[in-house]
This record gives sequence, structure tokens and C-alpha cells, in this order.
Amino acid sequence: MSIRIGTNSFEHRVQEGIKNDFMRGAVSSAQGRFRSGRLKAAEELGNWEDWRTLGEEIRNHTMENLDFYLQQLSDQVSKRGGNVFFAETAEEANDYIQNVIKKKNGKKVVKSKSMVTEEIGLNEALEEAGSEVVETDLGEWILQLDEDPPSHIVTPALHKNKEQIRETFAAKKGYDKTDKPEELALFAREQLRKDFLSADIGITGCNFAVAESGAVTLVTNEGNARLVTSLPDTQISVMGMERLVPTWEDLEVLVSLLTRSAVGQKLTSYVTSLTGTRLEGEVDGPEEFHLVIVDNGRSKILGTEFQSALHCIRCAACINACPVYRHVGGHSYGSIYPGPIGAVLTPLLDGYDDHKELPYASTLCAACTEACPVKIPLHEHLIRHRQIIVERENKAPKAEKLAMKGFAKWGSSPAAYKMSTKMARTALKPWTKEEKIENGPGPMKAWTDVRDFPAPSKQSFRSWYKTRKKGDEA
Amino acid sequence: MKVSLFITCLCDIMSSDVGKDTVEILEKVGCEVDFPELQTCCGQPAYNSGYLKESKGSMKQMLRAFKDSEYVVGPSGSCVAMLHEYPHIFKGDPNWEEAAKDLADKSYELTQFLVDVMGITDVGSNFEGRVTYHPSCHMTRLLGVKDAPMTLLENVKGLEFVELPVKEDCCGFGGTFSVKNPVISEQMVEEKTEHVTETGAEYLVGGDMGCLMNIGGRLTRNGKPVKVLHIANILNYQ
Repeated sequence: MSIRIGTNSFEHRVQEGIKNDFMRGAVSSAQGRFRSGRLKAAEELGNWEDWRTLGEEIRNHTMENLDFYLQQLSDQVSKRGGNVFFAETAEEANDYIQNVIKKKNGKKVVKSKSMVTEEIGLNEALEEAGSEVVETDLGEWILQLDEDPPSHIVTPALHKNKEQIRETFAAKKGYDKTDKPEELALFAREQLRKDFLSADIGITGCNFAVAESGAVTLVTNEGNARLVTSLPDTQISVMGMERLVPTWEDLEVLVSLLTRSAVGQKLTSYVTSLTGTRLEGEVDGPEEFHLVIVDNGRSKILGTEFQSALHCIRCAACINACPVYRHVGGHSYGSIYPGPIGAVLTPLLDGYDDHKELPYASTLCAACTEACPVKIPLHEHLIRHRQIIVERENKAPKAEKLAMKGFAKWGSSPAAYKMSTKMARTALKPWTKEEKIENGPGPMKAWTDVRDFPAPSKQSFRSWYKTRKKGDEA
Repeated sequence: MKVSLFITCLCDIMSSDVGKDTVEILEKVGCEVDFPELQTCCGQPAYNSGYLKESKGSMKQMLRAFKDSEYVVGPSGSCVAMLHEYPHIFKGDPNWEEAAKDLADKSYELTQFLVDVMGITDVGSNFEGRVTYHPSCHMTRLLGVKDAPMTLLENVKGLEFVELPVKEDCCGFGGTFSVKNPVISEQMVEEKTEHVTETGAEYLVGGDMGCLMNIGGRLTRNGKPVKVLHIANILNYQ
């Protein structure tokens, strides 16, 4: 898998999403829970807006000085016995990791949840090279067994119900019990425990790396990341090049924002910070540690008007607030990064050719921007994308371009505009019945397929105003 | 106080009653209202669709039209929020930057102007009926106007208010979104109308004609008896 999922068209994916009643019910209720949880957690913290501002400042400062902090991080990791690899592309990252595994003669890899490894298609690359890869986050494991992509960046299997999970477990792992969540979870634990104990390589993502110490911080609720990072002798953490904070103090702010915004928790059950390899005299830690820092298109975003998209801390608050996501679900976006942040990031990382519909999959209601804990102006980025699609990429539909040319003339000319206010009612008369239009002509059809269009006023405002003024003067 | 009316193209063409009510309310509270005829559209349909070049002509027309105005007041949170974007759009343009800042600084949505500028909380209207209110996204999130409409509605005599469930959710209008993504828009407006119907309100009130046309059009399509009114209609009702 890579950032792109599936080959169906956007329209097809949306139709499939809308037809999926179960998924929509699950997404809708999860959004409700996440949203109220987030608001409650924000209120409990107090001064939420100040926290958001602080979060934005930290992210902005980090991006403005990214070269410095990446160097500092790299120095610190090396100082503590770790190896650092900067991968410019997905292939470079995958090749490096394959080589590490090969050198260690590794057979089995256990992984904790990581979006960046989904993005670079690490699992497929490792499997092709002969490794057995096991996802150990429950949601990710379910998806891996079912060969299904994630539909959400925090709760990847949000679109699946317990019956579907039972079927997957039965078909792939010989599960023979009920669809009770407790039984399903117990089964997963038993299965995964064997994998943890027999794995030689542990691979994690990285919520935040701390530049001043070289620590990799993981935020989880299931505790699987602790097993991934404490049992296998060789550990590899993969991070997007923007996923770092300068100091421990900054980490505290961002973790506070992350857990509250993601799931409405003050803290997740586990916040794990890992610093380097096992040194002499220490009792735990890996023998070998590799930090893979992935660019994969990110440095192209730096210094552009989209730079703040790199501020994202992957909390999914924008996804949980998005009414479009609620109705179409994550797979409709055709990217492992769905929702508003996905619509912003995906074309930046993977180009417009396959993702040109995403920036339009928003009403620009700005619920995403309002929810974002680090104040990324998501809806403004979507407008910027639209401008690029129209002007630079020249991918807008012809009819739309023509209509907008018409708009430009109409809006710049008070005379043409005035004429239209006079003519609108008459022009629409053939389609008007009882002061409404049920089957509109041309571009109006898309509107009237779904809802009625009202008949224009009998007299435009400006003509009423003129008559009234004359009356006053008389 | 001298106020220039920013009618918005939707109200000018589709709902002139909203314009009339806005003028009458402003006059009632002591404003001297004028209507600069050079105004056209705020440019939002083109701007939000990615047509920056095609939107700027409208914007410049608005800047010319309201050049000498003291206050500019319009019956739409979304269109006024668009005027507030002008300084950002014309930043660095020596011919228009100042004018854009000036217009943004003196532009207000109707209820915002009444409550925040004039300090009025009761416009003295009477309206018998059970009413629910949809706070439109651009009015609340982009313009930051959340309380003013509620303050004014609370003081309308005879009005029985019922809260709209999940009121902050978008209705699915989104300007050109409604015709570019009609399938998704339909789901969103359907959900919104379900919430409206749930309240048992006789009237749905809002401050943005675009959203009201969307929700109202779906309500009539589904044969629902809920009537849709702009907040200016209510505030000017006796």
C-alpha cells in the first residue's frame, strides 16, 4: 500500500461510501463521541485557545528551524548509540529498513501503529523481501488480516463492525467464538502475544521525536508499542521529517493537545519515550536502534504557502469534525490520509492527477479549522489547492471555466449585473411552478435533483429601492 | 449613524424582502441608510471555487461601491466574511490594499452591527411562533458572530425558541459545492432537515440566504411544512 488506496474513481468511492449504512452509523456515532470528548477535555484544561496558540507557535518555530532541529535530533540519537537515516523517498526508506532486517537475519517483524509506514508502503516492501510482518495495534491487525486500508488516521478500522471482525478472525485465524468485543480482544491478545515473543525486529512510528534528547515518543492506548519496543533486539522507528519538537517542555504541550484533540483523553494509557540503545550497565532497551526520517515530498512543502500543513500532529480532530467525512467515510478519499487534512496533504505528497477532487470535497464550513489544535487554516489550504487546480494544473471542467468567465464579466459590470436582477425571474419562468423550480435547466439541474430552487423575487431589491426613493422624494 | 446597505446578490435577486426588512430595521433604530448602486457580488462563488482572477473584478467593484461609506451592513454572515477576506487577497497590491482594509474594517453583518456596534438587544418586533435557528458556518466560524442573533431573537415578543440539535453542523450548501458534489450535499442537507423537523419548530430562521435556500428547498422537496425565514424577516415583524 502507499498513500493512494484503490483504483476506483472519486464518484464511485463516494457512492459506495454513502450506500454503506453501517459505516455511516459507526462514523457518525464515533464523531459524536470524539467531538464531545474533545470539547469536554478542552474545557477541563482551561484556556484552550491559549494552548492552541502555543501549539501553533511551537509547530511554526519547529518548521522554520527544521534543519537545525533535525540535525540536533540526529546528533542526539547517534550520541546514544542509535543510527539515523534520512530517506528522501519511500523507496529509500523501505530499502534501508530491508537492509537492516537482512543484516540482522530477521524473520519476523512486529509493528505498532504508524501512518508514515502506511504512506511508504513498508509492509508490502518487507513482505516482498521475505519478512513476516505483524501489525499489533488491534485496528491495524484487523485491517491487515482483511487486507483492507485504514479509513481514519487514529481509529483505522472505524468502518468495521464486530460481526465483520469476527468473520475476519474466523476466516484468517480460525476463531470460533462470538462477536463479543471482550472475546474478540482476548483472542487478539493471545494471538499477538505469540508474535511479540517470537519477533526479532520491532518497528514503530513516531508521534514526536524530541530534538534535545533524541527520544522517540509514542502515544498509545493498547500498550502494544511497549511490547514492540521492549521485546525484539532490533528496533526501528520511522518518522515523517516534520514529526519532532525541540524540547521536553514542547512535547508536554503537544501531547496535551494531541490526546485531548484525538480522543478527548487527558492522556492516553501509555505515553512512551524511548531514548537510544541499551548502554552498558542498563537492563533494558534494544541492542540496535535505527531512526528513519522520511521526507517523501515533505521538504517540497516547506517554504510554500502550504507549510502549515506540516504542522499537523495527526490527531484527526478535523476528520472527527468534518460533515463530509461523516457521510462518505474515509475510503472515499482514496488516500490513507482522509478528511480535511487528507484533502490538503494528499495532493501535496502525491500530486493532483489522482486527487484533484479532494480539495472540492468540502463545503468550506471551517469546522476543521476550528477543531485543529495547532490552528492549521485547513479550509484556506483547500481554496489554495482549488486555485492551483484551476490556474496551474488546468484541471477544472470546461463548463465551469466558462461559467466563471461569465461570472467575472457579470460581477465587474454594474450594468450587466443590474440587467440580470431584472431578467432572472422572467428567464426562469418556463421552469417555475408555484414559486419554485423542481426541474431546473443546465447547471441548475444538479441543484434541483436534490432540492427545490425558489423563484426569484417578483421585484429585485434594487428596483424596489429605487421606487421607494422616488416615493420619498415625491 | 450612516449605513450603506450591502444587499448581497442572493437577496437582491432571490429574496428582496430580506433587503427591505434590513433597510426598515436599520431605519427604525435610527440609521440613515443608503444603497450604493454600483455594488454587485462579493466574488465568493468564484473565489471559493479557485477562480481568483475571475473573482477580483467583483471585489474591485465592491471596493469602488463602498469607498465613501461610513459603515457597510449586510444581511449575510458569509458575504460579509468574504469582504473581511479582501485585505488578505489584495495584500501587496498598491492600488487596492488600503481600500480592502478600509472596507473590511467598516463591514458588519446585520445582527453583529445591531448588537455589537449599536448596542441594541431589542428591535421591538413581535413574532408569534415556534422558531429554531441554524447558525451558518461562515457567520459563526469565519466572522465570529455567534451570540448577536441569539440576543436579538431572545427579545422578540411572542417568539418561542427551540434549539436545533447539532446546530453547528454545515447544511451542505457550500456555494458551488452544492452543484459540484450534489450527492454529498444531499446527504448533508437531508441530515440538517431531519434535525430541523425533529425540533417541531414551525419556522427555521438563519442569517444566510444561501444556507436557507438549501435547507428550505430540501424541506419543500420532502413536503415538510416548516417555513424558512431570514432573521431580518423576524426582526422586522410586527
